[in-house]
Amino acid sequence: MINTQVTIAGVTFKNPVMEGSGTFGSGMEYSEFVDLNRLGAVVTKGVANVPWPGNPTPRVCEVYGGMLNAIGLQNPGIEVFCERDLPFLSKYDTKVIVNVCGRSVEDYVEVVERLSDEPRADMLEINVSCPNVKEGAIAFGTDPAALSNITKEIKAHTKKPVIMKLTPNVTNIAEMARVAEEAGADAISLINTITGMKIDIERRRFALANKTGGMSGPAIKPIAVRMVYQASHAVKIPVIGMGGIATAEDAIEFMMAGATAVSVGMMNFVNPYATAECVDGIEKFLESHGIADINELIGCV
Amino acid sequence: MKRKTVGKVLSQKCLAPGIYDLEIATCLASDAAAGQFVGVYTKDASALLPRPISICGVSDDRKSIRLVYRIAGKGTDEFSRLKEGDEVTLLGVLGNGYDLDKIKSLGNNDTPVRALLLGGGIGVPPMLELSRELAAAGVKVISVMGYRNSDTFLLDEFKKYSDTYVASEDGSVGTKGNVLDAVRENTIEFDCICACGPLPMLRAIKEFAGGKPAFISLEERMACGVGACLGCVVKTRDIDHHSHVNNARICTDGPVFEASEVEI
Repeated sequence: MINTQVTIAGVTFKNPVMEGSGTFGSGMEYSEFVDLNRLGAVVTKGVANVPWPGNPTPRVCEVYGGMLNAIGLQNPGIEVFCERDLPFLSKYDTKVIVNVCGRSVEDYVEVVERLSDEPRADMLEINVSCPNVKEGAIAFGTDPAALSNITKEIKAHTKKPVIMKLTPNVTNIAEMARVAEEAGADAISLINTITGMKIDIERRRFALANKTGGMSGPAIKPIAVRMVYQASHAVKIPVIGMGGIATAEDAIEFMMAGATAVSVGMMNFVNPYATAECVDGIEKFLESHGIADINELIGCV
Repeated sequence: MKRKTVGKVLSQKCLAPGIYDLEIATCLASDAAAGQFVGVYTKDASALLPRPISICGVSDDRKSIRLVYRIAGKGTDEFSRLKEGDEVTLLGVLGNGYDLDKIKSLGNNDTPVRALLLGGGIGVPPMLELSRELAAAGVKVISVMGYRNSDTFLLDEFKKYSDTYVASEDGSVGTKGNVLDAVRENTIEFDCICACGPLPMLRAIKEFAGGKPAFISLEERMACGVGACLGCVVKTRDIDHHSHVNNARICTDGPVFEASEVEI
């Protein structure tokens, strides 16, 4: 019997395959394609204390081997999320990681406190890395002191395990990982999108209304693998790796770089079955390579 | 049920410069309807996202769909080279089409409902399947299609299902001007409007419709096509049911909306 279970901060996942926040809603839209029971966890779209309308359109555009997005964290706010999305996810035998966003530390704390009494929220992932909003998010993730402060504040207001989701838009990812760990984070996840820009040369206009957007997709995978490697070797807490994962082979690469779990992001849009195919493919890989426990892969390079 | 599936090209022909007519055998045809769309995948791994293309026709045996599209970039350029027997990967069927029951309910027992179909440019193709479905449902269909010039692709096919009028920007065919110029010139009477075309045309239609229902099909840059990414939103008059922020998802709440419900 091959073991595919991994454990992060005391939470055991049936397998290491999740999806990247914002690429899967709260699972509802993709439950038509994928049996959510098969996933290690569903990571929900970022939720704030109040509804956020997001950015003007166009919000997305394709780039070579990936895409740019500047959705701007449109979300219905924590009340609707708790009334609608968490009960929906209760029907499934999978872990639920709730991604939390905010403009100020107080915003984040309000959401985190509201979720403290929700048994269906197994873990919290704190978005300090979205590049598409003017306040909050990435502002916390690019400044070591701000990252340390918000991590401590959130840890002080919840008993649930906390994952800090880091941005690649920094000079030294290892340092940011260490700052999160020292401030009490139970795990880190990376990478969020890389800030990019596209210009429509016929119209002489930005492709996105927001001018800049976050790049995701297979084209960023080597950057993500490198950062997961660097971050995971800088800290003792577990790392959830993501950035351009399309296949089980990609997922295994991230685990070998040091990730305990992995997320499929943009590729859900391209292949709505990608998460389930990763689960199947990882099992086949373990079997064909005579590996009894998936944990053997983590950081093995 | 939505799915990603491989279809087989039955035929492809060029209808006008840059306009192609692609017939694909696919299981998606079984529940495809006017106003819905499919995502079409390229074989180019650098161009990953499915291209949303509206359904121009569903075969009588419901085994194939017809897509009429304009070359707008490298994805659609690749599609234009597909040949009979080629495989093509599709995501579908996506979106909500035109609500035939609602349109039918606009009339009374004595006279059939008069639906005015307005298509502009590459907004013409979805109107063809709609005209077919409405005519089959006993609705009186009046089609007014607008083109840039005399390349009036699909126009003859509308005549099977509707009274057909045409407008062209350069005046080479029909009314010189846009579809609304043709509606005014021919003093066309109607109970509701169904439209697809460029945004300025849809804005003008929203204003023109007055108190009458106008069902318009919107377009926006899309990523997932299934309502997850929140890329393709439109401002709405009322609170939307998904995010509660007056932003409906064009791919799943639309692409067809009642004009009075959206701020365009």
